[in-house]
Amino acid sequence: MARIEVPMPQMGESIAEGTVSKWLKSLGDAVERDEPILEISTDKVDAEIPAPASGTLVAIQVQEGETVEVGTIVAFIDPEGGAPDASAGGGAESAPAPAPAEAAAPAEAPAAAPAASSDDAPVEPDSAEDRLRTRSTPVVRRIAEEHGVDIAQVSGTGHAGRVTKQDILDFIESGGPARTPAPAAAPAPKAAPAAASAPPAPSMEPSELWKAFYGQVQHPEFPVREADRVEPMDKIRRLTAEHMVLAKRVAPHVHSVIEIDFTAIDRIRAANKARWKEQGARVSYTAFVAWACSRILREFPMVNATVSGNNIIYRGNINLGMAVDLNPGLIVPVIHDADDLSLVGIGRKIIDLADRARNRKLQPSEIQGATFSITNPGVLGTMVGMPVIPKGTSAILGTGAIEKRVVVLEDEATGSDTIAVRKRSLFSIGYDHRLVDGADSARFLARLKDVLEHFPEDA
Amino acid sequence: MVRTGRLDYRSGLALQADRVVARRGGQVPDALFLVEHDHVVTLGTGTHDEHLLHDESRLRELGYDVAEAGRGGDVTYHGPGQLVGYPVLALEAERRDLHRYLRDLEEVVIRALATFGVEAVREEGLTGVWVPGGKLAAIGVRVSSGWITSHGFALNVDPDLSRFGAIVPCGIAHRPVTSLARELGTAPSMHVVEGAVVDAFTDVFGRVRIPSETG
Repeated sequence: MARIEVPMPQMGESIAEGTVSKWLKSLGDAVERDEPILEISTDKVDAEIPAPASGTLVAIQVQEGETVEVGTIVAFIDPEGGAPDASAGGGAESAPAPAPAEAAAPAEAPAAAPAASSDDAPVEPDSAEDRLRTRSTPVVRRIAEEHGVDIAQVSGTGHAGRVTKQDILDFIESGGPARTPAPAAAPAPKAAPAAASAPPAPSMEPSELWKAFYGQVQHPEFPVREADRVEPMDKIRRLTAEHMVLAKRVAPHVHSVIEIDFTAIDRIRAANKARWKEQGARVSYTAFVAWACSRILREFPMVNATVSGNNIIYRGNINLGMAVDLNPGLIVPVIHDADDLSLVGIGRKIIDLADRARNRKLQPSEIQGATFSITNPGVLGTMVGMPVIPKGTSAILGTGAIEKRVVVLEDEATGSDTIAVRKRSLFSIGYDHRLVDGADSARFLARLKDVLEHFPEDA
Repeated sequence: MVRTGRLDYRSGLALQADRVVARRGGQVPDALFLVEHDHVVTLGTGTHDEHLLHDESRLRELGYDVAEAGRGGDVTYHGPGQLVGYPVLALEAERRDLHRYLRDLEEVVIRALATFGVEAVREEGLTGVWVPGGKLAAIGVRVSSGWITSHGFALNVDPDLSRFGAIVPCGIAHRPVTSLARELGTAPSMHVVEGAVVDAFTDVFGRVRIPSETG
């Protein structure tokens, strides 16, 4: 039985979320295709959302007054008209990806077989064989036969204890002993992490658990004390909070740090100061760093990439996310195709984006599509930061404060040491160890150091 | 275009509701209703109670009707001297974008005002039409199943502005409400403003006038 998802619709290009203002239908109501089932409101608009199919409204995921992102599933419709908290046997058309479960609905059997197992269900089990049949699909029985497995030995996690295909494959893989599957603990992340679905439920299939884990954020609540002040999070705070939790949950973070000497960059800044001033350009240290990253990222494809399901997406563009402090709040506008821009061009772009970010004038496209990010905790004097890798990317660079330090320099020709005062900074990289190994990050940092310390005059 | 003249608010709601159903069924073409309402305070879905400065019974004593509007947005006031436009349109595919629709309605009012030499603008994040002296037109809409629009815009031609004093219009406390009469120093006739609005509307929405039901 495939249940049909009702997502929060995209009601306009620049509309990212909607508030459910009113459910026009109740749980268990029959609905006709295109009949309005709920009303949403965004900004100055109320809109009716029609049912995508006829059937029964079997689950309401988002309550009145709640605001959710576009694409969030707000309800499920069962085209076969099942009751909201009962679930009939798996039909022939069951989708390969199990429908997200509700607390009340038992997990359905992912029947992949062309024959409908529901045909078996009404049969009164009067023999051991029949009893087994009612607990399995033809595919499962075929696999059992091929491997000489007695289905009775396998514990079923499907509907009403049915043995699913996954159950029997797990059983065979585990060597065959009668083992008790622990659905909540067995990692089976075969489905690509997708958008938010159902809240975690005790009857959840493992793959659904992972889906919820990667797609949903719930912040625990704490008691309020007398002198406290309680405020709702504003939109930026809320999005940041959710993003950070998911980003940390998904990617195993590792950080490495390197020290960069700014002598060469200072020389170039001094030499070009007058010219840049004439052009009305401001080329900050950050612009140098962004330019250098944009030029070397192609040598490190895994740093300009992301893990997606069981695949790696190597990004074809170099889009630099530049974290901007809104005080309070954080936004990350993106310099698209930064490798097409000159040093001065990047300098201008950074100032333009930061200004417009602070005045809330960014277009939605200007905060999307980053392939690598740069954050600058050093601007406020912090020596080094350990930044969180934005979702959908594999690395982020953190630039520390640029400070004068006493350093020991070795003369390459004579081998003699001298003590000098140099402007230096600690740079950190946070990287997703699923995709980037320690040595990759070390090579990236070494190359970045090399470019910054021998910065080309004609950038 | 359907010009109804003076109409109480609830009749206006019923008129639109019927038209939406008929439009969805294809029995009638797109329409723009132009209306003047009796004094009424209307509550949008986004209404904050604190933006009603009196309770409902007090508002009624003061001569306002109070009605749930079934549109987006906060509380607003309608009354004589205000030109209210209710487009009931089946939006075509490329116009099925709520923000675009709001911007298009603003454009209609901005172009209509330009014919009187009033340079009105949009304000980022504050849907409506603005001049330096304040808000000239409020906008709040509803999109029904099948992308059929209702509700729309309210342009202050020459209303009694003190009547807005009972509410915080659209929940925006720090910006005054103004009228075309105040901006121009003289009140243009409602009829002339209607003509300008219809011209702008047909331009912006690419509609043509057809001999209308009531003129």
